[in-house]
Amino acid sequence: MFETAALPRKATLSPPLDTRYQVETPEGIDLPLRPAGLMVRALAFAIDLALRGLILGLLFVVLSMLGKLGMGLGSLLIFAVSWWYMVLFEVLNQGRSPGKQWMGLRVVQDDGTPIGWSASLLRNLLRFVDLLPFGYFLGAISCLQSPGFKRLGDIAAGTLVIYRERPLPRPQLPPAPPRHPPFKLTLTEQRAILGFAERQAELSDARVNELAAILAQPLQVPAPQAAAELNGIARGLLGPA
Amino acid sequence: MKQSLFEHRHMAEWEQFDGLLQRLEGDRNATGLDNFPGDYRRICQHLALARERGYSSFLIDSLQQQVLRGHQQLYRHRSRPGANVLAFILADFPRLVREQWRFVLAASLMFFGSLIGFAVLVYLFPDLVYNLMPAEQVSDMQSMYDPQAGHLGRSVERAASEDWVMFGYYIMHNIGIAFQTFASGLLFGLGSAFFLFYNGLIIGTVAGHLTQIGYGQTFWSFVIGHGAFELTAIALAGAAGLKLGWALIAPGRLPRGEALRLAARKSVLLICGVMLFLLIAAFIEAYWSSMTTPTPQTKYLVGAALWLLVAGYLLFAGRVRHAPE
Repeated sequence: MFETAALPRKATLSPPLDTRYQVETPEGIDLPLRPAGLMVRALAFAIDLALRGLILGLLFVVLSMLGKLGMGLGSLLIFAVSWWYMVLFEVLNQGRSPGKQWMGLRVVQDDGTPIGWSASLLRNLLRFVDLLPFGYFLGAISCLQSPGFKRLGDIAAGTLVIYRERPLPRPQLPPAPPRHPPFKLTLTEQRAILGFAERQAELSDARVNELAAILAQPLQVPAPQAAAELNGIARGLLGPA
Repeated sequence: MKQSLFEHRHMAEWEQFDGLLQRLEGDRNATGLDNFPGDYRRICQHLALARERGYSSFLIDSLQQQVLRGHQQLYRHRSRPGANVLAFILADFPRLVREQWRFVLAASLMFFGSLIGFAVLVYLFPDLVYNLMPAEQVSDMQSMYDPQAGHLGRSVERAASEDWVMFGYYIMHNIGIAFQTFASGLLFGLGSAFFLFYNGLIIGTVAGHLTQIGYGQTFWSFVIGHGAFELTAIALAGAAGLKLGWALIAPGRLPRGEALRLAARKSVLLICGVMLFLLIAAFIEAYWSSMTTPTPQTKYLVGAALWLLVAGYLLFAGRVRHAPE
């Protein structure tokens, strides 16, 4: 991807250190998905579990008033809630059960497309094995050792739990007169300088200066002015507003 | 080209595409989207350009999000469950069962083998039942099928609402067992084999014991009807589980994960058929098997007909391809 864009052609690519999961589309685009790890998934599951408990509790109260018919309906509903809760939410609500929605997750097929009935049914039926021998032991082991954080059900169904994309706010570049860089930049350097300018609002002034000072020497400016110089170069790269 | 010029030139296009995406995400059957694929590929090209020219992370990330959303809409797996259900019941499911005959045979041998084996053993050695089942469960069983009681044990007069109760209970209980039998197949098939054997053992023990003490008439006339669907369904669920396990044991030329994924895709279809069978079984069990008015002979006849129906369905349905398929 872009980290490698500046490498000479045919250089061997080092695998990235982060957990991004690349999906290559038929258009030749590498789409990075961000698989969700064990902890956040466990939290999402806990939320779903609590919610199911609540639903069943309410149902019991209501159905116990209905007598025998209520008991029959009740066992049908227990069946529906315990086996179909996840499947229905995942398929009908864009891969998000309430717990996943809360935690900002969703389930997709591992080619990035939305999850369908059979895959969702499969991954939720095989949850039974993930639960073995107690408290999601097998599921947790499988999740921790797989690069996409897949539990056994995910491996069999070919699904992936990822973080949902959130809309990005447009960052404000700090004001500075546009400048030419003093030497030719590689693509990675160009991205780094633009990134520095875009993310400056998230950093403290001291940290901004500290980071910029690293580049003071190659930019041939005194260290305190390096940040302004970098912002200028970023403006120059971006072009007239 | 500088980034700001690039953005300025294509901004309108991106916003329009965003509108298209929102319409598609809101309504799967939205119309008037004939140029969606073309627009999507334009955005892909913009993303490739932006990456190649080293534009800023904000631009690349937003384009990436749009491409991902477009990808999800363009390449989503379209399935129309409604249209396929009939074809599945009439042809695809029995065909699948016949295609997977090795696993079905293995699962049936384990299940019916242990069922018949233990039934015969318990019939010949009556004391064995107390080694296989707790004593109170045995006496529960006995009181349920006691011919003196004149009904099937649960209450003197079963109202319609009570059939409902049992219907719900059977669905929950039986489909739960079938799901367990299937899912535990992921443990190299051992789980499925265990559940097949164990369920066969329990049912066989009960059958052998009740026949031996002379309650055979009430027991067999009760179970023969829904047994056709229920027992077959358990065996098929086991077969689906064994298929999963076999994909892990002998994946052939594929990596184990990939072999498992392909096997799972077929197994889940088998499970859909199993659910259908169990639904029918629960219905028969709650509304027909529990009736006390028909004579046992009638029940045996109907039961035999149901067994033949299931066997005929699995063996012959869908052999001839019809024109509309």
